[in-house]
Amino acid sequence: MRSYKGQVAIVGVGETPVGKVPGRSALWFNAEATRLALEDAGIDKSQVDGLVTAPSFVAPFARMSVAVSEYLGIRPTFSNTLNVSGATAAASVSVAAAAIHAGLADTVVVCCGDNMLSGLTRDLAVKALVESRDPQYEAPFGLLVATTFALTAQRHMAEYGTTPEQLARVAVVTRQHALRKPGAQMTTPITVADVLASKPITTPYHMLDCALVSDGGAALVLTAAERARDLRRKPVYLLGGGESYTQEHIFCAESLTTTGAAISSRRAYAMAGVGPGDMDVAGVYDCFTGTVIMMLEDLGFCKKGEGGPVVEAGEITHGGRIPINTHGGMLSYAHPGLPGGYFHIVEMVRQLRGEAGARQVAGAELALCHSLGGGFATNATIILGTEPRA
Amino acid sequence: MSAGKPLPRIDDDTREYWAGLARGELLLQHCRDCGHVQFYQRALCGRCLGARVEHRPASGRGSIYSFSTVHRAPSPEFKADVPYTVVLVELAEGPRMISTLVDTPPEAVRIGQPVEIVYDRVSPELTLPRFRRAAAPTTI
Repeated sequence: MRSYKGQVAIVGVGETPVGKVPGRSALWFNAEATRLALEDAGIDKSQVDGLVTAPSFVAPFARMSVAVSEYLGIRPTFSNTLNVSGATAAASVSVAAAAIHAGLADTVVVCCGDNMLSGLTRDLAVKALVESRDPQYEAPFGLLVATTFALTAQRHMAEYGTTPEQLARVAVVTRQHALRKPGAQMTTPITVADVLASKPITTPYHMLDCALVSDGGAALVLTAAERARDLRRKPVYLLGGGESYTQEHIFCAESLTTTGAAISSRRAYAMAGVGPGDMDVAGVYDCFTGTVIMMLEDLGFCKKGEGGPVVEAGEITHGGRIPINTHGGMLSYAHPGLPGGYFHIVEMVRQLRGEAGARQVAGAELALCHSLGGGFATNATIILGTEPRA
Repeated sequence: MSAGKPLPRIDDDTREYWAGLARGELLLQHCRDCGHVQFYQRALCGRCLGARVEHRPASGRGSIYSFSTVHRAPSPEFKADVPYTVVLVELAEGPRMISTLVDTPPEAVRIGQPVEIVYDRVSPELTLPRFRRAAAPTTI
C-alpha cells in the first residue's frame, strides 16, 4: 500500500500566547504562530510553498489560507482552507504530508489561530456553535454542540457504568498537567468535588467537564524527510494517518459509544505498522471529559467500557499506561475553537524532541494525536515518531 | 414562544415533512426499491440511492436512546426554557431523531423510557415534533 510513512517530518512548531489575548485578530494568531514555527525550524518564509489552515469563527475570510499567506507576505503554490470541524488539526497534517509526498509542495505550514474569547463574547461563541447544527432537524430544539457530546456520554454511562466521578477525574488530571505547562490558561488545581460542584451545562457535563473558550494560535512546519535531516531541529516523522467521517447528524450515528475514531486510528496504526501498546504518549482532543474516556477505548488503549476505570486508576498521566494531554489540553491549556486540536500536536512534537521540561515523558519515541469534531462526526488520527521507520 | 429562535428553513426536500407535522402526522421516508426507512428527508434513498422514496406516517412512538438536560441556553432565546431535556428518540420504525421532552421533569428521564410525539404548533405554518413520556412499552 502506498503511504507517506516516514517520508515527511515536522521540523518546526510555534505557539502564540493563549488564554485572553485581547486586541489580536485571527490573522495575527495564524501569522505569529507561523513566524515562531519558521524561526524554530530555521527556515526562511521564502521557502514556504504551501499553507494549510482552517476558517476562523470571528474573521470573515472564507479563503483563510490565502488571507494568512498574504498577511505573511508569501505566495504559496499549494493552499487549502480545511474544515472538518474539530478533526481539522490532525487532518490538516495529513493533507500537508500528502501534498509533500505527492510533489505538490516542498515546505508546508500548517497553522490555525482564532480569537474566540476576545473576538466573540462567550454568548456569541456558543450561538455560533448552535447555528452550526442543522437548521431544520437540530437547531430548533436548542441543541448545543456540547449537547451532542453529552448525548454520547450519557449513553456511555448507561451502557458501561461510567460515572460522573470518572468524567471529573479527566478534568482533574488534565489540570494537573496544565500546571506544568508555562502559559496555560488555567493555573489553579481542581478536585473531583470541584468539577461536580461546578455549574451544570448539559447533563452529565458541568462547566469543568467542558473545554475552555480561548484566544490563541499554533503552527507546524512540514517538509520532506530527506530535507528534514539537514535542519536545525530533531525531525519528528509522520508515520501514519487515518480519518473517518461517519455521519453529519448525531441522530444518524450508528452508535453513540463506538465512534469513527476506531476506524481512523486503525488506519493510522496500520500505515505506521505499530499498535496502541507501542505509544509512549498521546494528544487526544478533549472537548469534554467523557470524550477522552471514549477515545481511550476507540484508540485502542483499553477495551470498550474500560475507559472510566482506566482513568480512575491513574493511567492517563506520567507513569501510567498512556499519559494524555501533558500540556493541559483544551480543558485547561486553551481552546480557541478550531485551533484547539493543534496544541496537542505541538505538545507531541515537543515530547518526541525531549523538550517538554517538567512534563517530559522519559524516552518518548512514539506519539499519537487524535482530533475529532461535531459530536464524533469527524475523526482524524496521526502517529508521530523520532525515527522514520521506513 | 419561539420568537428569535432558529426556525427551520424549509426546502423542496423537507416541505412535505413539515406539512405533515402541521396536520399532525410524523412522516418517514420509505424506499419502494429496498424497503429502507429513513430520517431525515432526502430526494433519494440513503441506502440504495433509489429515487422512489415515499412518505408514510409513523406511529409517533419510540423510546429514549439518549438524553441531556440543558441548563445553559445556547442563545438568549432559549434562556426562558432552561432546564429543558434534549432527547435522541429511537422511533418504533427504526430511525432516530432529535427533539425535546415536554411534561417530564429532568430527574424522571431515563434511557429506554417509552415516549410518544406531541405536535407543538409554534406558528400557523410551523409545528415542531416534541415528545412526552408514554405509559406502555413501544411495539410495532
